[in-house]
Amino acid sequence: MVKDLSTTLCGVELDNPIIPASGTFGFGEEMSAVYDLDILGSISFKGTTREARFGNPTPRIAECSSGMINSVGLQNPGIDTVISRELPALRERFHKPIIANISGFSLDEYCECCAKIDKEEQVGIIEVNVSCPNVHNGGMAFGTSAESAAEVTRAVKAVTTKPVFIKLSPNVTDIVAIARACEEAGADGLTLINTMLGMRIDIARRRPVIANKMGGFSGRAIFPVAVRMVYQVAQACHIPIIGCGGVATAEDAVEMMMAGASAVQVGAENLRNPYACKEIIEALPQVMERLGIERLSDIIGCVK
Amino acid sequence: MQRVIFEIISNRALTEQVYEMCLAGDTSAITRPGQFVELSIEGLFLRRPISVCNFDEGRLTLVYKVVGKGTADMAAMQVGRKVDVLTGLGNGFNVEVECERALLVGGGVGVPPLYRLARELVARGHKVSVVLGFNTASEIFYEQEFRSLGVDVVVATADGSQGVKGFVTDAIRESGVEADYFYSCGPLPMLKALSQSVNIDGELSLEERMGCGFGICMGCSIQTDSGAKRVCKEGPVFKKEEILW
Repeated sequence: MVKDLSTTLCGVELDNPIIPASGTFGFGEEMSAVYDLDILGSISFKGTTREARFGNPTPRIAECSSGMINSVGLQNPGIDTVISRELPALRERFHKPIIANISGFSLDEYCECCAKIDKEEQVGIIEVNVSCPNVHNGGMAFGTSAESAAEVTRAVKAVTTKPVFIKLSPNVTDIVAIARACEEAGADGLTLINTMLGMRIDIARRRPVIANKMGGFSGRAIFPVAVRMVYQVAQACHIPIIGCGGVATAEDAVEMMMAGASAVQVGAENLRNPYACKEIIEALPQVMERLGIERLSDIIGCVK
Repeated sequence: MQRVIFEIISNRALTEQVYEMCLAGDTSAITRPGQFVELSIEGLFLRRPISVCNFDEGRLTLVYKVVGKGTADMAAMQVGRKVDVLTGLGNGFNVEVECERALLVGGGVGVPPLYRLARELVARGHKVSVVLGFNTASEIFYEQEFRSLGVDVVVATADGSQGVKGFVTDAIRESGVEADYFYSCGPLPMLKALSQSVNIDGELSLEERMGCGFGICMGCSIQTDSGAKRVCKEGPVFKKEEILW
């Protein structure tokens, strides 16, 4: 029973489609003590900005039914330290092309960070998080309008040579319109979905659980929303999709690929089960056998 | 960090809200007092971090307070039940500090990790004094367990119903405890008052709401004198001077 788990994202070949999602794997240092990172398809590293950021006040985390809310606030050491310290360390632990997750609060910031990371040999794909607020536009997230998402895409594409995936926010009325706008603006691929805006209230104290009041809802609960959005976008666009949101099992990964994803990211599940990605990769051949799948890439978008 | 399936061998109430759970399983990943474990609880998404009160080869003791759904579920768990636990998390207390007389200060549910610490310090031949603070007499637990280690124990209650009336800082002053190094775990206001009232070096175990518990999510970060640190990874124990109050 030798199954072909390989998949391709814009010419970047992955041994398997399983990728830890940005923000749920750091830069791989801690997880390299848990299992051999080379079993992974790739790694999307912690969202990186131009300057170092401490992020939001605590509490940053709230428990939810079948999920969690986080409001970490893009804590990261800044692009220069990521390049000088984190990437060389990651290179020792992971020997495949990585996905560089870049965030920004202005077009300038996106461009500066992407141009820098584009020069790093170990980076296979640049993943642009457009869920950040635009400080020059009243704090409205770039990813919540087709125009501004396209604007970021065009700006980043102009300063990079590597495949650029735009990571879309689900907190929008028409995900397809935004996905199409990114495709037309030159995006090489799309990652979806980012977290959904959520909130919990401590009813004894009559105040929000999270210091920042609201945060990103993720975990198993959002899986059906992610599958739906991946499906809708796959029907409308012709660029590869990385499916993300609530994936916890090999069956979930297969479902996400049938909806149209060429690869699959695992996010919040890593926090509750540090072995999640390993277990999914190990279970995939059996699940494929049961479903009569020889080559995993054959099922990408098979549901019409 | 290690994932181990433990079996509950006892789970009893020590006070109205504080419980002691003993579990059987591999404790080899736990190397220092002050480390914590994370329990997977059915029906809850995130694991629950609980400090290690004591451990021996094959046996783990957790003392926890019911503060929400996770700990309430733990209190209802029956003997014989299997629990998925991540063990050996966090840095723990440094027992290799050179000191002659150690002062251990615990407040409420911050008391448990000091039990193992006291045991190890006693085994290393240190003179150990323990000051335990509670709100009221009915909330006191583990006083006898500490006394059984042969250490000096002073209890303080905020309402004066037992021991010294007042906070742990009052008890330290009134009892005239002398020490050249301190270890503490408890609520933040207590840790702050303690740090500012004693003029000796020491270390403090902090609590923060966590996502993962092993350093990947940045959910529990704090600012320190040397930049951002994760309570779950670089902590939960920090040197007194690292904390920015």
